[in-house]
Amino acid sequence: MLQIRIHGRGGQGVVTAAEMLSIAAFEQGRHAQAFPSFGSERTGAPVVAFCRFDDKEIRLREPVLAPDVLIVQDPTLLHQVDVFQGLKPDGYVLINSSRSLDEIGLADISARFRRERLTHVPATEIARAHLGRPLPNAALLGGFAALSGLVSLQAVSHAIGVKFSGRIAASNIAAAAEAFEFVRQEMQESAHAQAD
Amino acid sequence: MLKQIEGSRAVAEAVALCRPEVICAYPISPQTHIVEGLGELVKAGTLTPCEFINVESEFAAMSVAIGASAAGGRTYTATASQGLLFMCEAVYNASGLGLPIVMTVANRAIGAPINIWNDHSDSMSQRDSGWLQLFAESNQEALDMHIQAFKLGEELSMPVMVCMDGFILTHAYERADMPTQAEVDAFLPPYEPRQVLDPAEPVSIGAMVGPEAFMEVRYLAHAKQTMALERIPQIADEFAQRFGRRSGGLLSSYRCEDAETIVVALGSVVGTLQDAVDEMRDGGRKVGVLGIRSFRPFPLAAVRAALQGAQRVVVLEKSFSVGLGGVLSTDVRLALSGLLLHGYTVVAGLGGRAITKASLIRTLSQAMADQLPPLTFMDLDWGIVNRQLEREKATRRSGPIAENLLRDVGVVASKVH
Amino acid sequence: MNAPVKFYQTGTFTVGNRLLAPEQRSVQASIERSNSLNSGHRACQGCGEALGARYAVDAAMRATDRQLVAVNATGCLEVFSTPYPETSWQLPWIHSLFGNAAAVATGVAAALKVKGKTRTRVIAQGGDGGTTDIGFGCLSGMFERNDDVLYICYDNEAYMNTGVQRSSATPPAARTNTTMAVGPEPGAVFGQGKNVPLIAMAHEIPYVATATVADLRDLESKVERAMSVHGARYLHVLVPCPLGWGSASQDTIKLARLARETGIFPVFEAERGEVTAVTRIRQRVPVEAYLKPQKRFAHLFGSPGQPEMVAHIQANADRNMRRFKLLDEPEA
Repeated sequence: MLQIRIHGRGGQGVVTAAEMLSIAAFEQGRHAQAFPSFGSERTGAPVVAFCRFDDKEIRLREPVLAPDVLIVQDPTLLHQVDVFQGLKPDGYVLINSSRSLDEIGLADISARFRRERLTHVPATEIARAHLGRPLPNAALLGGFAALSGLVSLQAVSHAIGVKFSGRIAASNIAAAAEAFEFVRQEMQESAHAQAD
Repeated sequence: MLKQIEGSRAVAEAVALCRPEVICAYPISPQTHIVEGLGELVKAGTLTPCEFINVESEFAAMSVAIGASAAGGRTYTATASQGLLFMCEAVYNASGLGLPIVMTVANRAIGAPINIWNDHSDSMSQRDSGWLQLFAESNQEALDMHIQAFKLGEELSMPVMVCMDGFILTHAYERADMPTQAEVDAFLPPYEPRQVLDPAEPVSIGAMVGPEAFMEVRYLAHAKQTMALERIPQIADEFAQRFGRRSGGLLSSYRCEDAETIVVALGSVVGTLQDAVDEMRDGGRKVGVLGIRSFRPFPLAAVRAALQGAQRVVVLEKSFSVGLGGVLSTDVRLALSGLLLHGYTVVAGLGGRAITKASLIRTLSQAMADQLPPLTFMDLDWGIVNRQLEREKATRRSGPIAENLLRDVGVVASKVH
Repeated sequence: MNAPVKFYQTGTFTVGNRLLAPEQRSVQASIERSNSLNSGHRACQGCGEALGARYAVDAAMRATDRQLVAVNATGCLEVFSTPYPETSWQLPWIHSLFGNAAAVATGVAAALKVKGKTRTRVIAQGGDGGTTDIGFGCLSGMFERNDDVLYICYDNEAYMNTGVQRSSATPPAARTNTTMAVGPEPGAVFGQGKNVPLIAMAHEIPYVATATVADLRDLESKVERAMSVHGARYLHVLVPCPLGWGSASQDTIKLARLARETGIFPVFEAERGEVTAVTRIRQRVPVEAYLKPQKRFAHLFGSPGQPEMVAHIQANADRNMRRFKLLDEPEA
C-alpha cells in the first residue's frame, strides 16, 4: 500500500488534490482512498488530506501516520506543522516552492531521506501563469507524477478533467504538464550533478 | 459500473436508483453532500418523478416524510447528530405508525460540547425507537444497504436507518460499483403500502390507543423486528444473486473460526480492525473481527454463535452510556449470557478521535494478556482529565470544561491526528 | 322608499336556511353532506371547535368532490374525534404529532403530486396551541414553500385539551391555569399578542381569512374560496370553549358573534398580503358585553374589579376597528 499525505492551508485545494490523486490511481486500475483530516476547516488554517493506493481493497481508515509521499502545498507550514512526522526513509517529498530544499532550510531534514526523492516545484507561479490564480494543487500532482512515476501524467490529466471542466480543466492540465516538465528536468540535472 | 466517488455521492446515486417519490431534508454536517447530490438530480430532471422539499428543520423533515409515506409515497431523508435528536419525536412517531421511511444517518457525535466529527452516539440515542438500524462498513456497503433498506422496510412496514460514519465514509473517495437502474428495478418493486390515505377508502391513522391495546401494538413492532432477523440475511442473499456481491446481512465475520479473542465493532472501524488482525495473526496470535451490520434488530443468536468459541471478547465501540459504560457491549453481553468468557469494553473514537491500527494492536495485546480493565477509554489523555479534576477541586468557579481542556491540548490544527 | 331594505338575521339558523335559495344554504342543510366529522364524537356540550370543524370539513369535502385528506394536530379535536377504539372521521385522516400538522400535510401533498393525483386536496387542522406555538415553525415553512395545503386553526385561545393552560393566543387578562387571576396583574399579561393571520399575510400566501362559528355560512364560503385556489392557504376560526372560557354551553355562538361585534376578533380576508374584504360591524358593542359572560374574565368585574384592564381591552378593540376599518359606517 502506498500512503500519501498532503499539507496545505484551507482554500488551496488540498482536499481536491487528494481526491484527484485517488481518481488518477483508479484510472490506472488501482484501488484508492482519499479523505481529509477533520480539523476546523477555514481559509488559511492548516489542512491535511490523505490518499492511499493499493492493488486490493483498502480497509484501513486511520490518518496517514507513516507516509510514503509528502506533498507540501504551502511552505509557510514548515515552521508551524511537523509535516515530516512519520515520513518513511524511502519517502518522496515534493514542496511547492520556487526555491530549492536547501534554500528553504531543509538541508538537515533532507539528509535523513533519499536525496533523489526530494524536490521542489514552483507550483503557485506555474498555476498563476496558467489559471490566473495561485491554486497549486493540480500543478503539484503533475510534479508528483514526474518525481515518483507512481501515477502517470495522463492519469493526473484525466483526474483533473473529472473534477473540473472547460477552460478551468484545460488550464489546470497545462499547469500540471508544465510542473511535470519542471520536476523531470530538476531530477535529470540533479542526477547529472550526482554523477559528476 | 465502477466509479471513484465520494461516499455521499455514492449514496445519493444509489438512493436515486431506488426511485424515491418524496425526498425531504434539512442540511447538517456531515450529511450535506448526500442531500445536495439528490437535490441536484431532482432539479436537473434526472430523478423523476420526485418531489425534493427543502424543509425548515429536521423535525419538519421527518414530519414531511411521515405525511408522504402515509400517502403512499416512497420516502427518504437524511440527518445526523443534533438533527436526529431534533426530530426525535417524529422518529418514534414514524416507527409507531409503521411507515417504511428510509433515512441515512451520517454518524456524528452529539453535543455539548458541539462536535461535527464521527461517533455513534446519534444512532444509539434512537436504538429503542423501533427503527431498524443497519451499519455500513464501507461506502460500497453503504450504497448497497440503502437499496436493501427500501426493500426490507417496505416488506415489514417499518422504517430503516442506514448508518454510515460521518466524514470517514461520507467524505471519503473510494471505489464504488454502482448498479444500473434495470438491476435495481428488478430487485426493488414499487411501494405497495399496507395503509394509505386514500379518499376512495378512508381510514384514520394515528388514533390514540389506551392501556387496553398499547402493549400489543408495541409488541407487534418487536415482532416485526424479529421477522427482520430472518429477512435481512435472505435479502442479502437475494442482493448477492442479483448484483454479484455480498453486502449487508446480520454480521461480518473475519478470521473468527479459530480465534481465541474476537473484537466486535460497528461501521468503518471494522476495516481498520481487519488490518490490525492480519498483522497480529502474522505474529501468531489468534484473533478475529466480528462486524455487526444489523444493530436493530440485534442478532443475539447469531452473535452468540459467532463468539461462543472464543475465550475473550473485546467490544470496540464509538458509543458510550454515561454512568454505565458501553452501549454495544451491553447488547453483546446479553447475547453471551451464561457463557464463561472474558469480556472487555473499549470505548474509542468519540467525537472523531482517530482510531489507529497501532493503538488497536496495543489494546488488543493487553486484552489478550488479560491486562485490560473491564472498561477502557482508548488513547484517553489522563493528564488533561486529571488537571481538570484538580481544577474543580481547587475552585468553585472553575470555568467551562471544554474551554479548559482545549487550552490544555494546545493548538489543534498543528497536529496530524 | 326605494332604498334597499337590509335584513339582519338573529337567533336560530333553521328559519334562516328556509328563507334562502337552495344554493345559498349551508352544506349542512343538504342530505348529501359528507358528515366528515360524524356524530358520536366526545366533544363537550357547546364545543365551538366541533361545530367549526364539522362545517369547515364538510364544506371542503363538497368543494373537492370528496377528494380530500385531512391532517390533524394533537389537541381537543383529535382527541374527542378518535376515542379509542372509534373514529368519527369519514375521510382519510392522519394524526401524527402536536407540532407538525403543517409539515405532515406538506408531505401528503407532495406524495399526491408525484403520483399524479392532482384532484386530491389536503387540509391540515390544529388548535391555537398546535398552530401559534409548537407548530409555528412548520407552519411558516409550509407558507414559505407555498405548499398546496389549507391550514385551518381552530382558536379557543388556550391549551384546552391538557386542562386550560395559556398559549400565545390567550387574550390579555384571561384566566388560565398558568395565568391565574391572582396578584397585581391577574390573568394573562398584556403583551403585543401574536396575530397569526397577519403573520400568514406577511408570508404573502394566496389566501388568508378569519372566521367565527357565529357566521357559519361565512365560514363555509371561506373554505370554498380557499379550496378554489392552490398554494398555501390559512383560515383562522374563533371557536369559544365553554369549559376553558367559563361560559354557558348555549352561549358559544353568541360569544363568537360578540367577539366580532366588539372588534376584539376582526373578520376579514386577504390575498398575497393585502386585505381584500372585511366583515363590517353594523353596530359596535362595548367589550364588557363580551367579557362578562365568561368566568375567565370574572376578576375584571365586581368591586373593585380591574377597570383599567377593561379599558385597555377596549382600547385594543378600538385599535382593531381603526386598523381593519371594521365599522359599517362612520359613526354619526
